Amino acid sequence: MKSDFLEISNGEALIRSRIPHLPFDLFRKEALDIVGNGGKVVQFFAYQDGEAVKLLTVLRTDKLLVAGTDAPESYPSLTNECEPFHMFEREIAEQFGIRPEGHPWLKMVRYHANCQGKPDVFGNDYKKDIPGQYDYYSVEGDAIHEVAVGPVHAGVIEPGHFRFNCIGERVLNLEIQLGYQHRGIENLFLNIDNKRLPIITEGIAGDTAVGNSLCMAQALEALSSVTPDNGAKIIRTIGLEFERIANHVGDLGALSGDVAFLPPANYCGRMRGDFLNMTLWMCGNRFGKGLVRPGGVRFEMTDDDRKTLQERIDVLKPQVRHTIDLILSTSSVRSRFEGCGTVSTSDAEKLGLVGPAGRACTMPYDVRRCFPTEHYVNLDIPENAEPTGDVYARAKVRGDEVMQSISIIESLLADPVETNIVDTAELKPAPSSFVVTLNEAWRGELSHCILTDEKGNILRHKVKDPSFHNWNGLSMSLRDTGISDFPLNNKSFNLSYCGFDL
Amino acid sequence: MIKSIILWALAILLAPFFSAVILKVKAFFGGRKGSPLLINYYTLIKLFKKGSVYSTSTTPVFKMGPIVSMAASAIILLFIPIAGQNPVISFNGDIIFILYLLGLARFFTIAAAMDTASPFEGMGAAREAYFPIICEATMFMILILFYRLSGELTLSAYLSGDQPLSLWHGAGSPLLFVIFALFIVLLTENSRVPVDDPATHLELTMIHEVMVLDHSGPDLGLIELGSFCKLFFYSTFIAGLISPFDLGHPLMNAALFGAALFVIYISVGITESVMARYRMDRVPKFVLTSFALALFATIITLEFMK
Repeated sequence: MKSDFLEISNGEALIRSRIPHLPFDLFRKEALDIVGNGGKVVQFFAYQDGEAVKLLTVLRTDKLLVAGTDAPESYPSLTNECEPFHMFEREIAEQFGIRPEGHPWLKMVRYHANCQGKPDVFGNDYKKDIPGQYDYYSVEGDAIHEVAVGPVHAGVIEPGHFRFNCIGERVLNLEIQLGYQHRGIENLFLNIDNKRLPIITEGIAGDTAVGNSLCMAQALEALSSVTPDNGAKIIRTIGLEFERIANHVGDLGALSGDVAFLPPANYCGRMRGDFLNMTLWMCGNRFGKGLVRPGGVRFEMTDDDRKTLQERIDVLKPQVRHTIDLILSTSSVRSRFEGCGTVSTSDAEKLGLVGPAGRACTMPYDVRRCFPTEHYVNLDIPENAEPTGDVYARAKVRGDEVMQSISIIESLLADPVETNIVDTAELKPAPSSFVVTLNEAWRGELSHCILTDEKGNILRHKVKDPSFHNWNGLSMSLRDTGISDFPLNNKSFNLSYCGFDL
Repeated sequence: MIKSIILWALAILLAPFFSAVILKVKAFFGGRKGSPLLINYYTLIKLFKKGSVYSTSTTPVFKMGPIVSMAASAIILLFIPIAGQNPVISFNGDIIFILYLLGLARFFTIAAAMDTASPFEGMGAAREAYFPIICEATMFMILILFYRLSGELTLSAYLSGDQPLSLWHGAGSPLLFVIFALFIVLLTENSRVPVDDPATHLELTMIHEVMVLDHSGPDLGLIELGSFCKLFFYSTFIAGLISPFDLGHPLMNAALFGAALFVIYISVGITESVMARYRMDRVPKFVLTSFALALFATIITLEFMK
């Protein structure tokens, strides 16, 4: 297929003038062509360049493709012809007031006024609170009832509003409204010095601190032509895998707890803590904050550290395996997990699900295998695809990944490399450049895209959390499912609120 | 009579303790130390010290829910023979009175839940109204069997003195079916796993717990105490059947009865630890199993008694 899009690689910095700047019609046609033929959207956003507002998109097939265009005032929506653009078009409409005409569901993403001072595309009055004043999608009829959950929830979870339209116990439609934690992180990035950048990045989503800081660090390194040494790459890989293990183990326990199967829930809660404590051992923070910095890592790993970590893993590995086996082999748990919250493969393709949620729907895409960075280039990551798309498939994928990640860490710990620690590296990003980085965070494809201006300052720092794709997957999984199975489905995705809200 | 009243008071006093045994068993299976055995007393004391918060949209019906359910639970304990002793009150047909007293308590709990107009509580009320209907069928089937065996319609005719032993003589092994059916009814009526999950914080999956979300302070305390008593009632029923022997000395009888109670509460704890709860639409099948068992027990027994 002949295309004007430029092929790039993950974490490769480019001078911005090398990015094809297409006329809008051509841009639209080719983007639709690529995504219509099985491609997916990695990034699609607007940015201000001087006086002009421009659009930029990064698509993926088996390669990464990039192109830009001038942003029109309004344009015929791409979503109508190709669903994976859905959320991205809404986001652009919200952030820059550019209307996608004929968009099937033009609704605010995070509920804030656009940065251009243009009239609001959605006609919202931002002085009022949602959910009170927003007309949710509603179903009418005698036996229909509506259940509103949140934004304040029982338990320690983040705010989000869920509106269920039910007939009896059966859910017809679930509408999810987020944005309660919108902090304006993308705009914050424009006004801070480089020293604060890693700290703010780690705060995008606390449970993905390593993932986000890795994306940001790789982007800054590429922009400033710095290459971290091998040791740093290995330590960062270990950090990312520990993050994956801790979250997957915690969620498997929570899944078990949600079906009132308590023993594994207790074991997993404890083991999650043990894995977090290993991250604590590595860098002094249970969530890996302060581990990754542009240029390398802030903590080296001595032979003693490796020995300690290996000893702890030796104790934990059989426990983790037994607990996961216990969850996935108990018949009463299986009867709850299997066939619950099924997302069909075609729906998953259209929504562009990523990470374990996508792999549970037969889509084997894994950034670690498809666009490897860090030490993943040298590792062999299995496909992990499950065919059924239900809660069981999502739990199974995550269980398998836990065991694989433990093996990965073990193999990396056996490799005694040295690294020079970086403390506060003063990196100078190249002017007028572009870079996009992708990493497989524990929820799936996490991507940062940084554009710099003529002085080398950050012009746009776009963050895309995997949850941006997957929230609608949760919504779909609830179709025709019992409302009492919502918590189970929710936990099987366990999406990020703050990563989405930014 | 005095002895019966003392036993009745003891039952209400000890019910929270026995419920804590379940927590302890679950903690053991989860590899935890668990909360102390007196935790339920601490909770009750804490709740009774607090004030209640009432939504402005509720009516007095909302306040009646906890009072009626606690009163009903305390009253049904007056009718049940504890440790083989005669109950405080007993009259012909009292078992039917008891079943409908439980129904009345449920009605008021449901009414109080509907009164809040919360969609959660409405959902819980719908579930609470549905599942116990099947339990009622089971209870009446067991009642038919016991009536045919003993010719009487009072609880004391089934459970006091050596009456349980004569039930065993009459029915033999099918009584095991009845015990199992009663155990299922106990799990359902008292919102235990695998029907409901008393430990969950997820409103959408709850049955009983979601109906009392809006109650607070002493009201919540009454509801809690009421549910401890209700669980104690069903456990006493089963304990009477599984420890049918009259050892001759009241203390020995009490010890045997206490041991039987422990067995039941520990069984509840073990059940909750080794299995997940059923999906909501599978619960009726599970509860219906109890009806099938009771029906089989009745058919088999009556066939032999001809």
